[in-house]
Amino acid sequence: MPTEPAPMKYAGARAGLEGALGAEGGPGPEPQKIKKPGYEEVSGLDALDLAPKQDKDRLGPRIWRSAWPKLLAILIVLLAWEIAYLSGWKPSYVFPSPAETFKTLGDLVTTADFWGGVRLTMTRAITGFALAVAIGTVIGAAVSRFAPLRAAIGSLITGLQTMPSIMWFPLAILLFQLGEQAIMFVVVIGAAPSVANGLISGIDYVPRTWLRVGQVMGMKGFARYRHLILPASLPSFVSGLKQGWAFSWRSLMAGELLVIVPGTISVGVRMQNARDLSDTPLVISYILVVLVIGILIDQLFNLADNALRKRWGLTGS
Amino acid sequence: MSILETSGVRTASVVRIENVSKTYGSGSNALLALDRVSLDVQQGEFVCLLGASGCGKSTLLSLVAGLDKISSGTLDTGGRKVALMFQEAALFPWLSVIGNVELPLRMQGVGKAERRQRALELLEVVRLEGFGDKRPHELSGGMRQRVALARALAQDADILLMDEPFGALDAMTRDILHDELERIWREQNLTVLFVTHNVREAVRLGDRVILLSSRPGRVIEDFAIKHPRPRRIDSPEVSGQAAEITDRLRAEVARHAN
Repeated sequence: MPTEPAPMKYAGARAGLEGALGAEGGPGPEPQKIKKPGYEEVSGLDALDLAPKQDKDRLGPRIWRSAWPKLLAILIVLLAWEIAYLSGWKPSYVFPSPAETFKTLGDLVTTADFWGGVRLTMTRAITGFALAVAIGTVIGAAVSRFAPLRAAIGSLITGLQTMPSIMWFPLAILLFQLGEQAIMFVVVIGAAPSVANGLISGIDYVPRTWLRVGQVMGMKGFARYRHLILPASLPSFVSGLKQGWAFSWRSLMAGELLVIVPGTISVGVRMQNARDLSDTPLVISYILVVLVIGILIDQLFNLADNALRKRWGLTGS
Repeated sequence: MSILETSGVRTASVVRIENVSKTYGSGSNALLALDRVSLDVQQGEFVCLLGASGCGKSTLLSLVAGLDKISSGTLDTGGRKVALMFQEAALFPWLSVIGNVELPLRMQGVGKAERRQRALELLEVVRLEGFGDKRPHELSGGMRQRVALARALAQDADILLMDEPFGALDAMTRDILHDELERIWREQNLTVLFVTHNVREAVRLGDRVILLSSRPGRVIEDFAIKHPRPRRIDSPEVSGQAAEITDRLRAEVARHAN
């Protein structure tokens, strides 16, 4: 028999032999063992059923493989932009070239003022999001726990989710004037429904057999939530968080453009100022900044999501 | 001892099912799943419930497990603890293998060090030493059922209820797990109620095979399996008795179809 493991595709062919050997443990040669670290103790049928350990490529080529399509896409966008600029579609003071814009952006990100603005905006975003998560989680848990509450506001939550957040600003301004609270109000009302919905659907779709297992184990009340319902609803909750973040980020940007709190110079305020000065390169620079922040945070959520999926074995490999 | 005193019968019956019926729904939509089923399971007995799909054998297990309420009759487990295993292992993916086995102990309030110790012992019982730190998805189907068995044993139950636990496994793995289950059943002095639609499996494992009819579920016959253990699923004795039971089952299905 070969000493190296057979390719997993053909594992079934050898399963019988090794299974019989491993199970009866009779005299004779030692059962074949898979020569991979960490798997030595496995023998017989089960060893062949184990998921193959994926060989990890070196880091360099892997990064390149995932990066080149993105780089190409950026290159194409820049090229189209340059062509539009050269075609003279708009005067150059209205529609700047990529080179000019990136020069502005380069100058911008080296100023302390800019980072002050980013810090203010991010502080608002994180505070608002944290508040939305806290409120959304409480509402979601309450709705999934009490049937009358679900009947009362279940569909309302979904309705709120589809409301464009900018619709809330006139009311927010009347209620809270031009202040931080007005912005927070809209950020929370934009993000909380997604968080709540993520939790509700997570709890609703806990597999029935898991619930039965919990019941047979004698799980009740708080222990049932702590050890079964909440962990089981985690993947759905994480996607709710991710969606909630997207909503809160959008609401925040709308808020910063509309609700200018005296004395605060956030990213939105700076962008508005740039528009007032007809400084298109600066406006585009801020658009790029907001885009990059959005992508970075989204990547963070994806990282968390993927780590969870990997841990649970939900990856479709 | 108290069982003997109070009941005054010669054997200790662990599960007493008397004229149990189960109806789902009500009015014209009512569906009779079980019809006056009576069954006594003795201490240490391995009883297989056999029947075609829809005969209510899983319903009966749910009733014994207390997951569902009976419509009429009496069902008495004397307050004994039950553990239940399903066709799917239903392990919790957020816990490691040993975490899954420890969970029932945790629910019983067993301390941290002790439950780790006990879980390690149980993993040894199901021959999964060294796999405690793996995640359920890293294991094969057969290994997952071993973990599920260890978790059921961790519930320290007197009665082990098994609902087609090996139904989704290949024949070779199933054969090995039959041996393991038989060994564990004897070592741990368990009482097992085992649901299957596989006649050979029932004859291979059971002290008794209870044949149920379909829609509504009724006890047709109670076969005593006397062949010496350990048995082999492909032995002439097992095959012979399986053929006999299959004929009886076939006659029942035919009667039902007409």
